Parts: sequence; C-alpha cells; structure tokens
Amino acid sequence: MTRKVLIADDEQNIVISLEFLLKREGFEVLVAGDGEAALQMVAEHHPDLVLLDVMMPKRNGYEVCQRMRARPEWRGIKIIMLSAKGRDVEVSKGVSLGADLYVTKPFSNAELVAQINALLASA
Amino acid sequence: MKARHKLVLWVVVLYLAVLGAAAALGVVLGAGLPAADQETLLRILGERLPAMVFVAGILLFVCAAAVKWLFAQYVTAVRALAEQTTVVAGANEALRVNTGGAREVAEAAAAINRLAEAHHALRRDFEHRARESGAQLGEERNRLAALMSELSEGVLVCNAEGRILLYNEQARALFGAGRGTAVAALVGLGRSVFTLVDREQVAHAMEKLQPRVNAGEAPSSTRFVAATAAGRLLRVRAAPFVDSGGEAAGVVLALEDVTGQLGQEAARRGLLRALAAGVRAPVANIRAAAENLASFPDMAPERQARFVEIVAMESQSLTQKLNAALRDYADALKANLTLEDMRVLDLLGVARQRMEATLGVSTELVDVDETLWIRVDSFALVQALAYLGTRLRDEFGVRALRLSAHKEAELVELELGWTGASAAHDALSAWESAPMQIGPDETPLSVRDVLERHGGEAWLQTAGAGGAKFRFLLPAVEVAPAPLRAPAAPLESRPEYYDFDLFRGSSAATALQERKLVELTYTAFDTETTGLEPSAGDEIISIGAVRIVNGRMLKNEVFEQLVDPRRPLNRESMRIHGIEPRALQGQPDIEKVLPLFHRFCEETVLVAHNAAFDMRFLELKESSAGVKFAQPVLDTLLLSAAVHPAQQDHRLESIAERLGVRLIGRHTALGDALLTGEIFLKLIPLLAERGVLTLRQALETSRETYYARLQY
Repeated sequence: MTRKVLIADDEQNIVISLEFLLKREGFEVLVAGDGEAALQMVAEHHPDLVLLDVMMPKRNGYEVCQRMRARPEWRGIKIIMLSAKGRDVEVSKGVSLGADLYVTKPFSNAELVAQINALLASA
Repeated sequence: MKARHKLVLWVVVLYLAVLGAAAALGVVLGAGLPAADQETLLRILGERLPAMVFVAGILLFVCAAAVKWLFAQYVTAVRALAEQTTVVAGANEALRVNTGGAREVAEAAAAINRLAEAHHALRRDFEHRARESGAQLGEERNRLAALMSELSEGVLVCNAEGRILLYNEQARALFGAGRGTAVAALVGLGRSVFTLVDREQVAHAMEKLQPRVNAGEAPSSTRFVAATAAGRLLRVRAAPFVDSGGEAAGVVLALEDVTGQLGQEAARRGLLRALAAGVRAPVANIRAAAENLASFPDMAPERQARFVEIVAMESQSLTQKLNAALRDYADALKANLTLEDMRVLDLLGVARQRMEATLGVSTELVDVDETLWIRVDSFALVQALAYLGTRLRDEFGVRALRLSAHKEAELVELELGWTGASAAHDALSAWESAPMQIGPDETPLSVRDVLERHGGEAWLQTAGAGGAKFRFLLPAVEVAPAPLRAPAAPLESRPEYYDFDLFRGSSAATALQERKLVELTYTAFDTETTGLEPSAGDEIISIGAVRIVNGRMLKNEVFEQLVDPRRPLNRESMRIHGIEPRALQGQPDIEKVLPLFHRFCEETVLVAHNAAFDMRFLELKESSAGVKFAQPVLDTLLLSAAVHPAQQDHRLESIAERLGVRLIGRHTALGDALLTGEIFLKLIPLLAERGVLTLRQALETSRETYYARLQY
C-alpha cells in the first residue's frame, strides 16, 4: 500500500523539489498551499505524514499542528515541521505542540527521506 | 534716679551737713561758757540774725556751685561716657567717645577709645576675611556649576533625603520629555530625586555599597539602568559621599543616555536574526533542487530545466536578501561602542601635538575639511600616526610631516605625508603589523589592529619627486552629533543649578506647619481664565508657576503651559490676557495639564495672589484630572493686608509699587507668577518684623486678616 504524504508549504520552489523527490521515493504526494488547505486535505485524504512549513498564509504551521493534535482520529498522522526559523525556542515550540520532528531549512533531501521512512516505520 | 534729682539731693545733703556742723560747733562752744556769757552770746546772735541768714544763703549758693561743678566733672561725664561707649559697642563702631569732664574721666575716655579702635580694626579684618572666603566659596561653586555644565553626562547630587542640591542642564534634558518646559522642570533644586529614579533602585545601589563604606574603604560607585518617564534608558552610576563623621551625606548620580546604544545592540541582534531566517528558506530551496538534480540524472529534460531555474532564481533572491539586510543594518554594523565621534580637525590637532612633543618633528595641517566627523578611538589612532612618524624619522630621517583630511564618498581620507625621502613600498606592510613602539611606550597593538577596529584601510602612495604619503581610509560619521549642552551664559547670570544649603535640609524633622517661612519651598503660580466664574463654566487657559527654594526664586525652574478650554473665548477676557483663540488650538486640555502641574508643585507650599480665585478653578478640575492639591496655600493679598493694614489697595500692581518690585510681563500667567513670587519674598521679612515666622503663624495671620476684612 502506498503511503500518502501531504506537503503543506506556500513556497512553490521547495514544493516542486519535495514533490518530485517523494514521488520518486514511491509516495503518493498531496500538496496544500496554506494552512486552511492543509487542514482540509488532512480531513479529506487522511495522509500518513504531513510535511508542515511554519510560515504559511491563513494558518501558520504551529496552528495547523495544534489543530491536528486536538483531533483523536488524526493522532496517528506523523508531522514533520519544516522551517526557516531555527532558534531553540522555535524548535521546542514545534515539538511541544505535537510535531514528531522539527527540521530546519536547509536540509538534505536524503536525510529527510530517511527521517520520513523511519517515522512511518515506527507507526 | 534722674540726674537732676540726684544733683538736688547732693546739694541738700551737703548744705545740711555744713549747717549742721556750724550748729554743732556753736552748741559745743556755747555749752562750755558760763550762763551769763551764753545769754550774751544768744543776744548777739539774735541781733545778727539777718546777717547770719545772709551768710547761710551764700553758703547754700557755694555748696550748690561746688556740687554742680563736681557733678559735671565726674557724674555727668561718666554717664555720657557710658552712653557713648554703648553706642560704639552696639551701633556705630566708628564713633569715638569725647565727654570732657575731669582729667581722670578724659583718661578713661582715651582708654576706651583705644579699646574701640582695636575692636574696630579686628572687626574690619574679620569681615574682610569673611567676605573674601565667601566670595571664594561662591566662585568655587560657580566654577563647579560651570564645570558640570561642560560634562556630557548628566549629574545629580542629592542629600541623604534624596533632595537635589546640584544638577546640570544635561540631567534636566535627560529627564525631560523633549518638548515644552513643563516636564523638563521636574529636575529642580530641593526636589526629590525619587520622582525621577526609582527609590528602590537607588536604595539597592546604596545598600550594595554600604558594607564597603562601613569597612572604611573609599566608597566607590555602582551602576544600574533606569527608565525615564519619557521612555529613555539611562545608565546611572551612583556614588555615595560621606560627611566628616563618616555618615552617608548624600549621593552623586551620573547619568548617561544609553537608549541609542541599547537600540544599536538590538539592531545587531535583529541583523543576525534577519540573516538567519532570510537565508534559510532560499538555501533550502536551492539545496533540495540541486540534490534532486544530482540524485536523479535520469529525470525528464523539462523537469531538469525547472530545477536549474529554481537554483538560479533562489540564488538571486539570496543575494538580494543579503544586500537588503546589510543595507538596513549598516548603522548597527558601523557602530562600535568603544569609539567616539570626533571632529577630524580636533583629532589631527591632538596628533600634531603628540608628534611635535614626543618625536620632535615639525608638523603642519594642509587642506583639512573642517566639517568632517569621524568615529574613532582617538588614543589608538593618534598612537598609530605617531608610531608611523617615529619609523619615518628613525629610518628615513623625515623631520617634517603634513597632515590632511578630506571626504571621499562615504569615507574620510586621512593623509600623513612628507617630502625628502620616499619610503620603500613595502615599508608600510612591515610597519603596520609590528607592535607599536614610540620611545619607551610600547603596546601590543599594531597599526593593522587599529585599522581593523575602525573598519579602515591604509596604504602607501608615492607622490612624484622624493615624497610619499600614507593614506588612511576610515568610515565617516554622517551627521555631526549635537551634544546636549546648556546654553552658554555669562557667569553672573548663570542659572541657579545648585543650593548647598539644602545639605542642612531637615524637612522630616519638623512638621511643615512649624517650619520657618524662609526655609520652605514654594510654588508661586497664577492662572489665566476665560472669565471670573468657574461655576458658570469658565475655564483655565493658562498656568504659569515658578519655584522658590531657600528664599531664592529659581527663574529657570518654571512651569508655563497654555490649556485648551474647549469653549470660545469672550472679548473682554481676551483684552486682559491677550491670548488669541488660535494660540489655544492643539494645546492639551486641563485633564492633561493639571497632573503635570501637580507634579511640578508637589511637596511645596502654593503661593498665589488672591489665591482663593485660582484655587477654586483648580479644585473644580481635581476629580476629572485625578489629582488633589492638598498642600497649604498662602495668599499674597492677605499677607500684604496683614503687613500693611492701613492700606486699602492690595492689588498686585499696588503692592509691587509699595515694596519696590518692578512690573514686567504682566498678565501672562508666568509673568504674574514671577511677580507674585517676588512680592512674597519681600513680604517674608516684613512678616517677621510682626512676629510671623512659621507657616502656621502665616496661615493664622491670613485667616485673621481675612475675617477682619469680612467683618469690615
């Protein structure tokens, strides 16, 4: 069964790369351009994992993460936060709000794929 | 006993004594005779009675004359001597006693005169010295105030109670709101420093120092950062000072505005954060795309082209972000807290002096742009210039140096030039990395270190025939900094920035009511209003006030503020106060002004002419402004009536004329407040003559006068 990954990011240039990468890795890829859309996609498609950018229009990544963790039926969905904000306080905030992993940009594609696989395997 | 009675008594006593003696002689002689002889004698005497009476009369005259002469010679003269001596001792030292009379009296007078002369000389000498030391003290204090005004730091000196007894204009500017005199004036003589700086902060600083003071060590200073009401951040250095008995007598506060410095630090942190956040996202995009390109060489050509496009696009965006950040935070990068802004001309002046004094070379300034300012560690830079001069002198025999400076885009170019010998091209690179040594002084710093600290560069440039110059490029400071500075004033009119009599301040010791009028702090004030009936809606349009401390009116500690009355002005009142409606537009309303005025006059006794009128206006606004004027109020109208009860006219002008106070600036609130203050100061000694010394007595006297006038 192919795993579904939702990419929630408003920056087209990273979305293109991530979408290409994850498709080549054999995932089914969904894309959302803002926080609202991300929540909607989660409700409709129930992905296995969400790559969540912190700075997005409408709802930021923290809010999306918090809302997702408030819903028991979504508890199994893994969340990786991707962010250009890399200060300690921001990382702990993301983890406290329920993210499984907080990855600061820039990151290595290969490492990201490895982390995704590890998270999904642990589920 | 009166002299005349005494004289008569003496005459009578002497006369009776002479008569008595004659009678007794007659009785003694007569008693020894036979009876027949006695009879004969009595008969003879009886026959000669008129002659005897005549002789007795002559005797009386002689006695009177003798007593009178003696009296004049001794008694009257001694009495006059005593009176004149009293005058000499008490009132007129220049007077010399001269009473005539007997020689003995004249001798005594001469002795007294010699004593008076010696006393007078002693007194003159004493007064001369007192005057001299007083003048010297005054001069020293003026010099102190003048020095304080030259400092770039704000300085406040307070006594143990926290009352300000010395300040400089910079301190006032630091605590001011930056506009209007109203708030700036809160720094004032006799005011509590704790309205400016948090009491706890000062107390805490003092506590930290106390153990060291107790241990007999010289008290040093402690530092803290305090915020002012206007939002400035001040670095405060507090140092206590002790009196001769070792007790804490007060504290000196040195104030420095660090708002800008802290702002620059915040800006630098902002730069780092902006760079970190701004760079991450584009780099992430590039990296993801590049890794895809590298990992999947088999991808479709159009997808490959898309990834390459992303790399190109994001690299551009990265460049823009970097440039924008560097541009936005350029000032923060340039600012080096250990560097000071300095006029280039001054810097070169110092450098010249240094080189001529320590190197013995001649120097001249050529083409120095006098408008240039530079941010430097002047000591290090002068040292670098002098060091290069040393090497030139020692290794190339250069005896004359030229210094010049001009602007080169955003940079200042300093040139150290010479003629005669051209230094080898690589001289500078060798010299600039060696530790600087000038004569016996050596530092571990090199010219390169100094250049790096300043963000500058230097190189050697040969200038044609047998000459060369070192060129230094250093960042220029955009605008010449405007130092906070008191307006220059001639010494005699220097405003009152100190009052050391406040050292003796003991306001807490005696209740306000029992304190002497001369030593209280007052606020003389006046208001201008739209009309005479506050209850009918008339409003204050202007408040003026001046502080009186230790019997001096402090003309630079004034309050002057126009107030928007929120109602039209009528013509009659405009004729009196001369304030145009236009002038009141945009002025704060009374709810804003009254708290400011309340702060200005807190802990003082209010003084006004016909105070009841002004107080009525203030009281009606107390609740809406959220303040209460609870302090005692003195009324110059009532006090004047108490001092001159026979006069009917107690208008401000009439009192001023009576007391010899000049009328200036009438019918502005501040003008009238100044006039009221001056009159009040003249009334204090007149009240003292009538035994009115304390505030309580003055209030009681005012009340009595008030009732007296009402009953009348």
